[in-house]
Amino acid sequence: MQYSEKLMDHFKNPRNQGVIDDADAIGEKGNMKCGDIMKVYLKIHDDMIQDIKFETLGCAAAIATSSMLTDLAKGKTLDEALKIDKQDIVDELGGVPAPKFHCSVLAEAALKDAIEQYRAQK
Amino acid sequence: MSGIYFDHAATTPVDSRVKETMLPYFDEYFGNPSSIHSFGQKAAEAVDRAREQVAKMLNCNIREVVFTSGATEANNIAIWGVVNRVNEILRQASAFTNVTAGRQDDNNRVGHFITTAIEHPAVRRVYQKLEKLGHEVTFVEVDDAGVIKFDQLKAAIKDNTVLVSVMYANNEVGSVNLIEQIGQLVAEKKQERQEGDLPLYFHTDAVQAINYLDTDVEKLQCDFLALSGHKIYGPKGIGVLYIRAGVKIDPPMQGGSHEWNIRPGTLNVPGIVGLGRAVELVQEEKQMRIDHVAELKKILIEELKEIEEIRIFSAEKNGLPNIVNVSFYRAEGESMLMMLDMDGIAISTGSACSSGALEPSHVLTAMGVEKEWTHGSIRISFGKDNTLGEVKDFVKKIKPIVNRLRDMAPEIK
Repeated sequence: MQYSEKLMDHFKNPRNQGVIDDADAIGEKGNMKCGDIMKVYLKIHDDMIQDIKFETLGCAAAIATSSMLTDLAKGKTLDEALKIDKQDIVDELGGVPAPKFHCSVLAEAALKDAIEQYRAQK
Repeated sequence: MSGIYFDHAATTPVDSRVKETMLPYFDEYFGNPSSIHSFGQKAAEAVDRAREQVAKMLNCNIREVVFTSGATEANNIAIWGVVNRVNEILRQASAFTNVTAGRQDDNNRVGHFITTAIEHPAVRRVYQKLEKLGHEVTFVEVDDAGVIKFDQLKAAIKDNTVLVSVMYANNEVGSVNLIEQIGQLVAEKKQERQEGDLPLYFHTDAVQAINYLDTDVEKLQCDFLALSGHKIYGPKGIGVLYIRAGVKIDPPMQGGSHEWNIRPGTLNVPGIVGLGRAVELVQEEKQMRIDHVAELKKILIEELKEIEEIRIFSAEKNGLPNIVNVSFYRAEGESMLMMLDMDGIAISTGSACSSGALEPSHVLTAMGVEKEWTHGSIRISFGKDNTLGEVKDFVKKIKPIVNRLRDMAPEIK
């Protein structure tokens, strides 16, 4: 099982890692099977993601896909962000090993969870 | 390669003395030991010598030593060999009704197998396959230290039980099973069998045990024992299946008459020579190796206990002296492995994410460990050439890695 250089870079230097204390929305998804958990914090203004941060408990691929997701979502409108697909995350990372594809599913789902919660409370 | 290697349960480097012994058998004495000419006979002599070295360690006869490509093959030959033989006995029994093999009861007309919940895949997967093929297999549970429940094993043995497979020492947590006690139990059960009954055998996968535990087959009373060269500072691609004299199996592979008609295929002479020398060195240096790794293990555990929210799954006293299995709450195993690797330290993990199968370690799960703890487990396995300085270095590096991963992780609800 080989990780791409880009994935390793996101694992070693994760972007947007951390917490937003006054977040407008928080999404969280856990992968029951392998035990990984991802939490996404959003700061939203005019339906646009102004800031995004993540916390992830998981393997290198889980951390890297979380990091990449935040890079992709930052500055996007909520509608645009909802269109981010797990495959986009994988492609941007230069691919992930097949057994790790579910990590990208986790990242996509956590973001969707946050946006859905935000819209539900409005 | 530079760096710190703490993964000796996965494989060991070939000892330079072993390598030296092997070298002439690649090009100088390259003959096929089955050949009658002197090229062949020179190789055959070396194989005989290695067989004696193995027989000496196991306290058995050279006729009971079968060289294989490794322990996976040795385990497979033992189990499938019994399966094939029992199937043949039952086939004949159904053709000739005066034979009472498997007794008259229809429920007992297939062989019953017993193994444990913590076997290495080289045994575990074979039994899972047997189950799929319609054989009855009982997986005996382990306690929270990873040692099999003896009473449960005892209760599981039935009239149609034909094989009991129990690993000597576990590769993930280093728990040691009471092989002598199990050997005695199976020997007693054998005594109860009568003429025409199915055979009953005891098999142990001793791969992790060879370096540190007693491997006298007379004491263990096992009928089969599997071992591997590359876990004992010998080469990869060579192993041994010990088969007690008088045990009848129907070997799964067909070919030449090598290895007492049990394992066909031209002998791996350099590998066999290397294994023989490695086995010899184990015997000479066993106590020294035990004392050395046990000291490293003791110090590592003391140091690890300074870190908050950890659990140690390897036994401190009754387990293998070289394996430490530790779990860090809210830090994932593979991430720790990767970060340690960047720091030049090689360890292993039983966490779901590294296996590809996404299932948490079957060993820790069988021990009753919760998922949030199996998730953060790593295995450190020492070898004879590790140093105290390396242990100190590891401790210095693991602490910030665990802190960093915990900082990154959300709270577990």
